[in-house]
Amino acid sequence: MVDDSAAGVTGEPFVLDVERGKIREFAAATHSANPAYLGDEHPVVPPTFLTTAFFWQSGASDPWAAVAMGQHRGLHAEQEFVFHGPPPRAGTRLVGQSRIESVTRKEGRSGPLAFAVMVTEFRDEAGRLVATARLTGVETG
Amino acid sequence: MTPFVVGPLTRTDLVRYQGASGDFNPIHHDEGFAREAGLDAPLSLGMLQAGFLATWATDRFGAQNVRAFRVRFAARVFPGDTLTCDGAVTGRRAGDGGERLLDVEMTCTKQDGTVAVYGWATFTTDEDA
Repeated sequence: MVDDSAAGVTGEPFVLDVERGKIREFAAATHSANPAYLGDEHPVVPPTFLTTAFFWQSGASDPWAAVAMGQHRGLHAEQEFVFHGPPPRAGTRLVGQSRIESVTRKEGRSGPLAFAVMVTEFRDEAGRLVATARLTGVETG
Repeated sequence: MTPFVVGPLTRTDLVRYQGASGDFNPIHHDEGFAREAGLDAPLSLGMLQAGFLATWATDRFGAQNVRAFRVRFAARVFPGDTLTCDGAVTGRRAGDGGERLLDVEMTCTKQDGTVAVYGWATFTTDEDA
């Protein structure tokens, strides 16, 4: 059951090292043979690559747990990545930080829905904002 | 534009994407867990379909040019489904720094015509507006 008090919960910063091998693995998994990912010594990341924060973000750095969305009834509704310049390349160390932006409820066609939005900002070692990810989850019933 | 067709999807496609992304939700590989959730079989990951749209888009507009990429998940996808990723340029405009931008709308559609994912992306371009 989604916890309305999760809005505003902010995680600890976490490191995400952008790695060439991980980009190669991610490109293969999304059926891409683009040389920008496979043929470059310092490839750029694919547009949805920062979802690999799963490997870097846990415990105190992952405020999504505060939303308490059910694993059976929770669904990924929307996802957005904004790049504030060229996408990061392998060899870049990013520091991410997530916060729960909102928890909202509305009546859907087949019952109540609870939406939660988590925003993650990724900065480089100079502190420049590189990318912003926005995850929207929905719980039915 | 030339569509990108993927499929039929296999359980291996799902597992490989789970390993690549780090999302190990068992609903995408565990039969028993999927049935408890009311599904006949493990379903695909919305983010895998989003990744296919990203593959389509970056092959056409350049991986280094992407500035925004957004998806809305609209329908479930299962192994056995064949997906068609396609889209079109819907706008040309100048960015805040004067750079030229293309807005792109995309769909990832199942073999029965159901749209599984709607997508919107923005790319920089050298093309004249």
